[in-house]
Amino acid sequence: MKLITAIIKPFKLDDVRQAVSEVGVQGVTVTEVRGFGRQRGHTEIYRGAEYMVEFVPKTKIEIAVDDVLVDQVIEAIAKSAQTGKVGDGKIFVFDLAQVVRIRTGERDSGAL
Amino acid sequence: MQSVWAADAPTAPSLVGVDKINSGDTAWMLTSTALVLMMSIPGLALFYGGMVRKKNVLSTLMQTFAITCLVTLLWWVIGYSWAFTPGSRYLGGASRAFFNGMTFMHDPDKKLSVSHLALTIPESVYAMFQMTFAIITPALIAGAFADRMKFSALLVFMAAWSLLVYAPIAHMVWESTGWLNLAGVLDYAGGTVVHINAGVAGLASCLVLGKRLGYGKEKMAPHNLTLTLIGASLLWVGWFGFNAGSAGAADGRAGMAMLATQMATAAAALSWAFAEWISRGKPSVLGIASGAVAGLVAITPASGFVGPTPAVIIGVAAGVLCFIAATSLKHVMGYDDSLDAFGVHGIGGIVGALLTGVFVSKEISGVDGSLKQVLIQLMGVATTVIYGFIASSVILIIIDKTIGLRVSEEQEREGLDISLHGESIE
Repeated sequence: MKLITAIIKPFKLDDVRQAVSEVGVQGVTVTEVRGFGRQRGHTEIYRGAEYMVEFVPKTKIEIAVDDVLVDQVIEAIAKSAQTGKVGDGKIFVFDLAQVVRIRTGERDSGAL
Repeated sequence: MQSVWAADAPTAPSLVGVDKINSGDTAWMLTSTALVLMMSIPGLALFYGGMVRKKNVLSTLMQTFAITCLVTLLWWVIGYSWAFTPGSRYLGGASRAFFNGMTFMHDPDKKLSVSHLALTIPESVYAMFQMTFAIITPALIAGAFADRMKFSALLVFMAAWSLLVYAPIAHMVWESTGWLNLAGVLDYAGGTVVHINAGVAGLASCLVLGKRLGYGKEKMAPHNLTLTLIGASLLWVGWFGFNAGSAGAADGRAGMAMLATQMATAAAALSWAFAEWISRGKPSVLGIASGAVAGLVAITPASGFVGPTPAVIIGVAAGVLCFIAATSLKHVMGYDDSLDAFGVHGIGGIVGALLTGVFVSKEISGVDGSLKQVLIQLMGVATTVIYGFIASSVILIIIDKTIGLRVSEEQEREGLDISLHGESIE
């Protein structure tokens, strides 16, 4: 099992949700986050006072999947979140040690 | 507020028969009074509240609200009497302390008191209308020292300032025995009394208090410009009560003052936004809202004296000059006038007061613009700047040496909402 974490552009969330659903993902967790990468930030000016906004708003999604699905999900995210411009985000994949469905107590693959 | 001059005109508040009251004038002045109060709460409170950081929004709203209550009571105690009854050339008398003698008698005479400055409306309405000016003026100062004054110090400062600075300046400029009034200074609705006065007190307070912690290093961007734009819009609408209400009547001059106000405000809002667009690359929401307020300020002294075309010129001048004051001057000079009380109200008030001397029209007011009138205006400006700056600084320094002006470093970092009021919007 793997935990796939992706940082994407906020307006791409709906496309990504649809794409991963189509390859069989049953659940996604979404968080609003801020950060910087190569995109860097932008400058805001209020009555002449300039502020560098170094952390850009992004959306983080987390998906736990069985090993067989990993490549398909990565591909779905990469395709649906891509605009081709700097700041499209990144995908991180982690090994997942255990999964428990709280309602039933099912474990691991059965809980996904 | 123009004085009423006639051979047999009363020179002090007096009793008249109810038949002398003009119901149209009275209706408009009741309306204007409500409009001007709306400028402070919620207009100014939101305008400022949106511009501060999230941790200080409630304390900023609280300041305006508390000043409204505080000045109301002080106006009743002595403020109105010191400002608007005859006395010396510098301060009125005490005859109307606690609104003493301000009456309406149903039986048997059907008489009521009127101010000598507004003969066709009840004195209760005149005093209440002027109260709303006395409220907004100190509330404007708070923009200069946002985020760092103790609430207790604020109450003491505002009380002292209202009685020792606002009342005398209002008397000097507006009451028939005031020396600036006698000298011919023109201030229709308070460019000098309200805006220069508040702006200069703001400058004094940000100099005495010092900069906000982290000024120039930490991000101090406005937390919610939606509130600020709503506030600016309420100020704009309320300002019709301020300027057109200063006619003291529902007449042609009130109508002209309203038209001039609208023209100047629109011109100033666009000129600030375009100046910003040209020099900084983007026209901002904060910019257009600030420009509108700058235009409202600058047309205030001129509104009942000029026609719509000079109003546009005054607006353009105020938009550009206040833009420079708020975006460049304060950074060059190095003071932290946090929400630009001086940059907008001080500078805008001075621009308007001087241009009133240029553009005043005989057709509207009986006087024409001249170099002599500009110099008279300059005397009014200089008096307010010098007296206001010195008196405000002295009051602030005395408070600083006794109960202390500024919150602790820890309180300032935490934000005044939590540290002074025990509340937050989170």
